Amino acid sequence: MGERVAIIGIGQTDHRFVRPDVSHDDLINEAVRKALQDAEMTIKDIDTVIIDNMDLFEGHYLADGMTVDSAGMYMKPGLKMNTGGTSGGTAVATGWHHVASGVFDTALVIGWQKQDASASIAALVTAREPLYDRGMAAGAVGIFATMGLRYMQETGCQEEHAALARVIMADNARRNPHAHLKPELTLKDVLESRVLVWPVRLLHMSPTSCGACALVLANEERAKKAAKKPVWIKDGETAHREQSVWRGGCVEPQPTMTAIEVAASRLYKRNGISKPARDIDVWELYTPSSWALFPWMELFFICEKGEAWKLVEKEAIRIEREIPIEPSGGVVSTNPIGASGVIRVAEAALQLRGEAGERQVTKKADTAVASAWGACHWIVMFYLSNRL
Amino acid sequence: MARRVGIVGVAQTKFGIKADLHLQDVAFEPVEKVLQETGLKFIEDGTGIDATISCSSDHWDGWTISSKNIVDGAGGHLRPEEKVAEDGAYALYYAALSIMGGHYDCILLVAHTKESQVEGRLIENSGFEPMYLRMLGLDFTSCAALQARQYMEKYGISAEQCAQVVVKNRRNAMENPYAHMPELLTVEDVLNSPMLSDPIRLLDAKPYSDGAVAMIVAAEEKAKKWTGKPVWIEGLGCCHDRHYPGYRDLTDPLSLKEAAKRSYRMAGISNPRRELDLVELSEYYSYQELLWSEGLGLCEEGEGGRMVESGVTSIGGEIPINASGGLLSGVPVNVAGLNRAAEAAIQLREEAGKRQIDGAKKAVVHGTGGVCGQMHCVINLRRGF
Repeated sequence: MGERVAIIGIGQTDHRFVRPDVSHDDLINEAVRKALQDAEMTIKDIDTVIIDNMDLFEGHYLADGMTVDSAGMYMKPGLKMNTGGTSGGTAVATGWHHVASGVFDTALVIGWQKQDASASIAALVTAREPLYDRGMAAGAVGIFATMGLRYMQETGCQEEHAALARVIMADNARRNPHAHLKPELTLKDVLESRVLVWPVRLLHMSPTSCGACALVLANEERAKKAAKKPVWIKDGETAHREQSVWRGGCVEPQPTMTAIEVAASRLYKRNGISKPARDIDVWELYTPSSWALFPWMELFFICEKGEAWKLVEKEAIRIEREIPIEPSGGVVSTNPIGASGVIRVAEAALQLRGEAGERQVTKKADTAVASAWGACHWIVMFYLSNRL
Repeated sequence: MARRVGIVGVAQTKFGIKADLHLQDVAFEPVEKVLQETGLKFIEDGTGIDATISCSSDHWDGWTISSKNIVDGAGGHLRPEEKVAEDGAYALYYAALSIMGGHYDCILLVAHTKESQVEGRLIENSGFEPMYLRMLGLDFTSCAALQARQYMEKYGISAEQCAQVVVKNRRNAMENPYAHMPELLTVEDVLNSPMLSDPIRLLDAKPYSDGAVAMIVAAEEKAKKWTGKPVWIEGLGCCHDRHYPGYRDLTDPLSLKEAAKRSYRMAGISNPRRELDLVELSEYYSYQELLWSEGLGLCEEGEGGRMVESGVTSIGGEIPINASGGLLSGVPVNVAGLNRAAEAAIQLREEAGKRQIDGAKKAVVHGTGGVCGQMHCVINLRRGF
């Protein structure tokens, strides 16, 4: 194996619905400066820069070229990744591979999206296959509606449980100064919010946010001299999925494992994680809707099939409890898409450092799983640890 | 270098306008070919391909998450797939680093684009900074014209010398079965072709084309097992210059020099002109072959024109450049850099047929992106048998 890789710098903007005060360059630079400051480094200490966003959202072709100065990429090696909602996760994986190769001692990974200057849903419609699917003009909501509907049908979960999951996310988000949506929510508020596609209501969906997040990655030698406690990227896994599966499962004759199950199984097996709920202390999962939380908990093997809603009912996922999930408030509170995958890793790393402030989980956190989700059920996930 | 990475197999489409094919079919053709050629499978037990890296652009595909449309054909279903949103050379660069890092042993690469289905000028315009530059109506050709003019003025490069690049490359393409536009042209043909953006004429610019390239790369031990003709990746480097063309000396490709310096250092190349046997570089416009040759250290600054004139860059010359026919013979953007690497690998494997350069052992390949070559990627290859 190559060099071992740690996260030694973390920076993110305060994510907001609009940022009229900044350009996309300023937004990126805000996160980069914070990450460098956190690592007590300057841009001169960075060997390569990896950046991601979803290009069509803001309509910037070769956006990395435009943001060279703000990203600190001038006269440095680097590249731009884009895999949709998973882009942030892919960018972290790219930085991880770069440092592991031994060619670079350090890498700066940046994810960003400025959705106040973006036609996000219009762009998202073009994620569909042009001949057969694009005419539906579907965004992301329908996916979670079928997910929620099927979950209720199969498990006994009620709308109230998804509402409770949303309330918990809001409670967490209010403890996170960077979070975008931080409302005081009651179950009634969620249950009475406007239906988008039943059972998905407005409050169940992630917002369109502006934000950026940057990480400094380093090899073992540099990490051991780092200003902050290094958080090790122990392992990572990616699984994508063929898009036509969404057309009623016509491609696969039998229901097969989802990408999340496949990726999680591989990652756990390699790292000797036999009981994820016990072995992993904190989870930053990319749940774009509160309805996605239940299947995610089951697909990541946090609990048995059909049991996730019961754990939510017991509020076991809260910051103070035994299985803290999304202590940051999650994607349903904050979603600058290209940054969201990087934010998951950043938030998980902050938890392992013990620097998550008011949103710090109560239990001792030494291991974490952070994931990014997108496209047609694609997944990138990382296993982070305080131990080398 | 942590561990050596080798090219195991390459496959390409014939480049051309493929209006009859879905994007997916364009990408799948070389993937299927390279799988057949190498006999490798998408499998998890370490006996085949571990992961896929694709290269395409959401803008050129008109498709948010452009790798979505090829994920099944490229082996990404329930498996790792990552998309590099840069030129194809960067995909090879990243694949090599991923294998060196030890997380994968074998990666399938596929770069694909159908230029014929979009208005490329509009995409290029959206590649400019939005507040000040985009509204000027700039595209990559109009900006390249500024670079060409400045370069030609500074060093006395003539339109005839630029035209000779076109004549050479389109003639080289005559022997390349994958080339889109092989043709015997004269300097006069080029100089009489319609003006696009002074001094760049129609034949000075890369034509629109569709196609795809697939490649399989693997760690040394596996590459040796799977092919008797491995091509080693000896060095790699890339670099981003500033965006705003006015802040750059367009006649001095700083980021190319830096990328080349990194790659040559890793490959142990001190005198590229003498040590390299062939060059495959990304000339979107004829003048760029001259300017990039200088940036790659193949000649002194301002000598590019005289170099093409003297014939040293022709097949049979001291340092043949774009024996494949280059981009001027028609290769789509995004695919360009991986096509350069594929063509160099074919040469180093001595499988280039009539365009074969005798005794080719070491090559440098180059990909570029952005306005006037803002970012460059350079990779050194060596015959491994």
